[in-house]
Amino acid sequence: MEKLEWLQTALFFLVLLATVKPLGGFMARLFQGERTLLSPVLGPVERLIYRVCGVSQEDEMDWKRYAWSMILFNVVLFISLFGILMTQHLLPLNPQKVPAFTWQLALNTAISFVTNTNWQAYVGEQAASYFTQMVGLTVHNFVSAATGISVAIAVIRGFARRRTSQIGNFWVDMTRCTLYVLVPISLIAALLLVSQGAIQNFSPYKTVPLVQAITYDTPKKDAQGNSLKDAKGNPVTESVTAKEVTIPMGPVASQEAIKELGTNGGGFFNANSAHPFENPTPFSHLLEILLILLIPGALTHTFGVMVGNSRQGWAILGVMLFLLIGSFAVLQWAETAGNPLVAKLGVSGVNMEGKELRFGLAGTNLFEVATTGTSCGAVAAMHDSLTPIGGMIPLSLILLGEIVFGGVGSGLYTMLAFAIIAVFVSGLMIGRTPEYLGKKIEVREMWMSIVTVLIAGVTVLIVTAVAMITPSAVASMANPGAHGLSEVLYAFASMANNNGSAFAGLNANVNFYNLWGSLAMMLGRYVPAVAMLAMAGSLAEKKYVPPSLGTLPTDKVPFALWLTLVILIVGALTFFPALSLGPIVEHLTMLGGN
Amino acid sequence: MKDIKPAILLFVIFTIICGGIYPLAVTGIAQAVFPKQAKGSFIADKAGKEIGSSLIGQPFSDAKYFWPRPSATSDFSNNPMGSSGSNSGPTNPDYLKTVGDRVKALRDTGVTGPIPAELVQASGSGLDPHVSPEAAALQIPRVAKSRGMSEDALKKLVAAHTEGRQFGMLGDPRVNVLKLNLELDGVK
Repeated sequence: MEKLEWLQTALFFLVLLATVKPLGGFMARLFQGERTLLSPVLGPVERLIYRVCGVSQEDEMDWKRYAWSMILFNVVLFISLFGILMTQHLLPLNPQKVPAFTWQLALNTAISFVTNTNWQAYVGEQAASYFTQMVGLTVHNFVSAATGISVAIAVIRGFARRRTSQIGNFWVDMTRCTLYVLVPISLIAALLLVSQGAIQNFSPYKTVPLVQAITYDTPKKDAQGNSLKDAKGNPVTESVTAKEVTIPMGPVASQEAIKELGTNGGGFFNANSAHPFENPTPFSHLLEILLILLIPGALTHTFGVMVGNSRQGWAILGVMLFLLIGSFAVLQWAETAGNPLVAKLGVSGVNMEGKELRFGLAGTNLFEVATTGTSCGAVAAMHDSLTPIGGMIPLSLILLGEIVFGGVGSGLYTMLAFAIIAVFVSGLMIGRTPEYLGKKIEVREMWMSIVTVLIAGVTVLIVTAVAMITPSAVASMANPGAHGLSEVLYAFASMANNNGSAFAGLNANVNFYNLWGSLAMMLGRYVPAVAMLAMAGSLAEKKYVPPSLGTLPTDKVPFALWLTLVILIVGALTFFPALSLGPIVEHLTMLGGN
Repeated sequence: MKDIKPAILLFVIFTIICGGIYPLAVTGIAQAVFPKQAKGSFIADKAGKEIGSSLIGQPFSDAKYFWPRPSATSDFSNNPMGSSGSNSGPTNPDYLKTVGDRVKALRDTGVTGPIPAELVQASGSGLDPHVSPEAAALQIPRVAKSRGMSEDALKKLVAAHTEGRQFGMLGDPRVNVLKLNLELDGVK
C-alpha cells in the first residue's frame, strides 16, 4: 500500500473507534429507558406512538412473548412487501411503468428484505418502481435492522438481569431503535451522500445524447417478440446504433443511508455501491463503510455498559477488530498481487476487474471486508471478479457466521453464542463449571449456542450439495470450473447468513435459487434469533454467581485470543473441504497457468 | 393475541415515518441545499441543454477521443439502464481472451510498455466515469495525431482535468473522460 492509503485506512479506524463509546453509551441509556439527548424532541412522538398502538412501557415480556411478537411483526412485514411487489404496476410513483414481480421473485425478495438479507435477484433500475423502493424496500431496511437490534438488546438483558422472566418489551425496543437511532443518523448521512453527488429526486428517467454514437449487435426478434434462429439454430443478430442513453433517477440517497446503517445492503441500482449515483466519491465511500460498522461496533459497548462491565464489550470488539483487520490484510495482498494470467498479456498492476477507479484499491478492499464481515452485503466491487484468494476472504467472513462486527444486533448475539462455547470448552479443559458474566452455563445455554452457531453452516453445505446435483442449478453458473462452485457456495452462504452480496455472475432468478434461497434466509434469520431469546429467558431467571478464583476472566486479552481461536477452529472444521474445492483449487489453477 | 394490534399499527406508523416523512424530508432538504447533485450532476452545453452526467461514463472508441474503462453492461457499453460488472472469474478463458483483445486494440494504436490494469479490465458499475492520469497520458499520442493537435496542448488539458485525491488524501487521482472529451469537442 502507498503511504496515503495507510494514512486513509488508519484514519478510518480511528474515526470508527471514536464513535463506539458515545453511540454505544447512548444506546445503553436509550434501551434502559433513561433520558437521552434526543428525549426532549422525540419523547412526545414516542409516547404518541405507544398511545396509538396501545403499548405500555411497563408491560414487560417473557422470552416467549418477545419472540412471538417479533415473528408476528415479521409476518406483517412479509405480507405487505409481497403485496407491494405483486401489485407495483397498479400503485403510484411508477413513472417507468415497470410490471409486477413474478410470485417466485416476489417471495424471494420479500423474505430477503424482511430477514435483513437483501439478496437481490432483480435489477433495481429495471424492475422496481419508486413506490416499491421507497415505501416497500426503504421501510423494510429500517424495520429489519431494528428487529435485529431489539433481539440483541433483549439477549443482553438476559445476561444483565437476575431472577426475573422479563426481558423487555419488543414494541418499545423497536420504536426507540427506529426513532432515536436509525432515522436521525440516516437523515444526516443521506444529506452528506447527496452533497457528494448521490441523487435524490422523483423525476422520470432522463435521456441524454451520446457524444459518440455506439453500434452494437442485438438478437433479432419476430413480430411476436421471439428470438429468431438461423438454419443451424444460432441466434440471428442485427446491428443497432444507439445515439442516446437513458439515465435512471430516483430517491437514492435516502435508501443508501439506511442500506448501510442497517447492514441491509440492497442497492437501488444493480451495481449497488459501485454505482456512481449511490457512491460518487472517495469520501462517500468511506462514509458508507463507517455507516456499515457503526452500530455493530457501538453495540459491543452498549453490551458492556448494560452488563455492568464495559471491558466485556471491549474484549468482544477487540476480537471483531482483529478478524476484520486480518481479513483486510489478506485481501489487500491478494488483489495487489493481481492475476498472473492477466499480467502475462502485458498488463501492469493490481486486479481492477469489477472495481471502480475512484475509491482506490485499499478503499475498495476495506469496503468489501466491512460489508461481508457484517451482514450488510452492499458491494463497491464485484466479488465474482476478485482473485481466488481475494474472493475467499469475503466468502469466509460470511461463512464464519457474520460475527466480524456482524449484522446490526444479529452480529452481537451470534458472537455471544461463540463466547459461551469458548467459555464452555475452556471450562471443560480446566475442570470448572463454566460461567459467563456471572451466569452458570448449563445444558440449555449450550444447546441454544450450538444451534445458533451451526444452523447457517449446515444449511449452506446441504443446499449447496443439492444444487450440485440439480442440473437447472448448475446451469446458472456464469464461470466454468472451480469458480462455478464458488459462485453457488457463495450464494447460499450469503443467503443463509443474511448477507445478500453475491458472486453475481450466477443467474439467481430461477426457481431453484429463489425458493431454496428463501428457505435458507428464513432458517438463518429466525432460528438463531429465537434460540438466543430462549437462552436470554433462561439466563434472566438465574441468580448471579460472584467470580471466584476458578472463574475465567472474560474481559482480558487471553480470553479474547481464545475466543478468536474457537471461532476460527469452528469455521475451519465446517468449511475447509468446501473452500478447498472452490477458491483454493482455482488459486492453484491460476498459479499453474491455465 | 393482544400483540396483533401493535404489530399492524406499528408497521403502519413506521411506514409513514420511514417510507414517507424520512425520504420526503431528505428530498426536500437535498433539493434546496444541493440541487445540482440531487438531480444527477448533469452537464449542460452552451445552450443550456443537458448532455450527460459527470458521474455516468459514456462509451468512446474513436481515435480522436480519450477512451474510458471497458464496460460490461448489457446491450452496449456504459448503458446506464443496466449497471453491472462483467462478473468474470479470474481464470475464465473467455475473460482472458477479452482482456487480450483489449490489449491488442491498444497496442494497435502504438501503445508500448505495460498497460494500466483499469484500461483493459471492466469497471464494477460499467459506468465508471474515470481513468487514471497514467491511462489518459498513454492515449495522448493517438488523440494528438487524430486531431492534429500538439501533445503538449493535450498534456495541459489532461492535467487541467485531473482531480487529485479528495481532501488531499482519500481515494486515487483520476481524470473524468466525458468532461475531457466534451472539452476537446469544444462543447463545454
